[in-house]
Formats: sequence, C-alpha cells, structure tokens
Amino acid sequence: MELIEEKQSRSLSEVVAVVEALIFVSDEPLTTKLLAEVMEEDKESIEAAVEELTREYKNRESGLQLREIAGGWQISTRTEFHEDVRKFLKTRPSAKLSLASLETLAVIAYKQPVTVPEILEIRGVQSASAIKTLLEKRLIVTRGHKETVGRPMQYGTSKEFLIQFGLKDLSELPSIEDFEDLAG
Amino acid sequence: MVEQQQEQFSFDFFSETPQIVAESADELKLKLGEFAGPLDLLLYLIRQEQANIFDIPIAKITDEYLKYIRLMKSLDISVAADFLVMAATLIEIKSKMLLPREPSEAEDEEIDDPRKELIDRLLEYEKYKSAAQMLYERTTVEQATFARGQIESDENNAEINATMFDLLTVFQKIVARHKDEVQMEIHREEISLADMIKTLKKRLFEQIELSVLQFFEEMHSKRELVTAFVAVLEITRTESVKLIQSKTFGDIILKKV
Repeated sequence: MELIEEKQSRSLSEVVAVVEALIFVSDEPLTTKLLAEVMEEDKESIEAAVEELTREYKNRESGLQLREIAGGWQISTRTEFHEDVRKFLKTRPSAKLSLASLETLAVIAYKQPVTVPEILEIRGVQSASAIKTLLEKRLIVTRGHKETVGRPMQYGTSKEFLIQFGLKDLSELPSIEDFEDLAG
Repeated sequence: MVEQQQEQFSFDFFSETPQIVAESADELKLKLGEFAGPLDLLLYLIRQEQANIFDIPIAKITDEYLKYIRLMKSLDISVAADFLVMAATLIEIKSKMLLPREPSEAEDEEIDDPRKELIDRLLEYEKYKSAAQMLYERTTVEQATFARGQIESDENNAEINATMFDLLTVFQKIVARHKDEVQMEIHREEISLADMIKTLKKRLFEQIELSVLQFFEEMHSKRELVTAFVAVLEITRTESVKLIQSKTFGDIILKKV
C-alpha cells in the first residue's frame, strides 16, 4: 500500500529522470508503452516526461539528443559532434548502399508490399542482387506470397530500416508525389 | 571511321560533363557503372541534351544511347540485358515516329504519341530516383549520430550465461549417450575363388548338370556373384565341362562331359 502511494506521488522531474535512465540503458528504441508498463505510470505522464526531457536536452545544448525512432525513444549523440565521436570510437562511416540498392529500397519503401516484377517495372532493370543486399542488411523483410500467377514473393521494409534511416514510422517519409515537383 | 567517331564522341561527351571526367580507364569504368539502369542512363542523356522530358528528341537520344552502349562494350563493361531491351524500345519508337500519320489521326496526336509510355515510365522512375536520393541523405545524417553501445547483460551474452554445473551436466549427458551406443562389428563374408571353384566342382559331381542361372541366384552379394562368374569361366577352361544353351538368352546349363 505504501509502495503504491509512493509510485503515485512520483513528481514529474522524478518521472523524467527514470525515463531518461531507462532509455539510456535500452539497446533498442524504447516505446512509450513499455516505459509506462515498467514504471507503472500512465502513458500521459510518460509522454509529458519525454517531452520535458527533449526540451531539457535542447535547452542546455547537450551533446545528446532524444529522438523518436521506429516508434520508440532513443538517446544518441548529436550529428554535429560526429567527428570527435568517430575519432574516439575509431570507426569510419560504414559502406554506403549502392545507387541500385537505394533505388530498390525506395521502391520497396513506397510500394510495399511489392514483388520483384513490380520493382522491375518501375526501375527498368533487374534488382535481384540489390534485394539480396537489402535482405542481408536486414533493411527489408519478406511479406508472404502475392496471390497471383507464379505466387511471387512480396517485400516490405523492416524495423531496422526505420532505425537506420532515422524514421519515427513510415508516414514520416515524404509522400512520393512530392518528388514530382523535383522531376522534369 | 567508326573508331574515330567514337573517340570524338567520348571526347565531346566527357568534356561537357564534369561529373563523368575520369583520369583513367578504370575510373571511367567505375563511373559508367554507376548508372542504376537504362532509365537512369536515359534521364541522364535527356538532361545532357537539355531536352524537355515531355518532348524527347527521340532520334537524337536513341543515337546517344546506342553510342553509350557501344562505349560500355568497348570498355569491356558487361551490358546488362535490360540496357539492350531499352535500346530496342528506343529504336521501335524512333521507327514509329518516322511513319507518316493519317490525317484523321492528327487530332489525337497526344494519345497516339509513341513516346507516351516511355515518358510515363521515365516520370515514374524519376520520382523513385529522387526518393532514393532522399534516403541517401537520411542515412548520411544517421551515420553521424551514435546510440549507446550494448550493455553486457546475461541476455545478450549467452556464452557466459552458463555455469560450471551446466557444463558438467552437458558433459555427463554426452558420456551417457556414448555408453548407450551399441557397438556392432560387421564381418564381411568373403569366399575365395579357389573355394568357389571347389564348391562348383562338388555340385557338378553330385548333379552332373547344373543350371548356371540357379547357381548364380544362390549368391548373396555382388562380390560372391562375380566370384561365381569367374569360377564358371575357370571351370569351363580347366575341366571337361560343356556349356549348353538351348535358346538365345535362355538359361545356360553346365554339364560334365
């Protein structure tokens, strides 16, 4: 009884602090739902805490940022300091995807679930090796067979795709029609 | 003549396009390979010509496209089949456009434009090309931000999650399984040619007449069968026996003379 009372009386600043601690130790972006479950708080107070935390990071010009990625919250270093971070970690930017892989990924991201023949139709070129690369990098996943002639495999983007491209969810991608203005 | 033309073409082409200027053949190969597909190349050529995508000068673009493919071939870059399909499409459109139109169709010019399908495909493709560009920019930004590395916990460090006793249990299981294994030695029964000949002689002595087929059927293995066959040959050679076959492919009788 005492314990419950104590939990209910957690102040906003306390909730903010615990939320920060949990997001910090989590390997993957941590969802509001999971935060609420673990902390036994309602979603609203978690949301308020996350909002407050984001503001705090911004206000004090922190080296860290709090972002919503793949439907969860993640603390990561600010891009401005990438040179120092890389120097310390002794890492170089990982190999970038080829043009063909990026194009294939773009078609899959916007048209999912999509089959190989449908990708060929748009790109005008075979995409087998690009699809293999994307599967290996876990950026795309299979989405079952399409109930049509030959039952071709369908592909869609993965959670890893959202993480690697810094997306909250798929709706954060600009609409494909927006690219029309750039064309021509 | 052809070679000269090509040289001239490549000179003009590359002096006009800073992004494709290459220092060496290898580098050139690299840059040429960067076209993601035939539509990509086509868009590039249209932009090179500063042509309107809705009014592609098909004859000129087709020529440029074919020159490009030839250049790729001359540099030993394998030209993917899809590039050749596009070449064929371009030539088809070009020839269609050369055909005189019937005056009555003049009004429906836009609908009848043989380029329409290609234009639609180019426009559609260009959207995804821009989307690919957007994704590229996003990953560049994302690669500049770092999340905390993994913390060691029992869950993500399964190897260390096992105790001494776990190891012992597994070891005991393996030992027990080893004990349960039934060891059985299988002997190969071998009969020598000499023994086989002896057996055959004995049978002949008893029976006078012996069906070869029947004799062979008594054998248990391929090896025995071969030995039996050799024994029959041997006995025909050395002993006074006859081989009698009454009809073609019929049974053979071994008979003592």
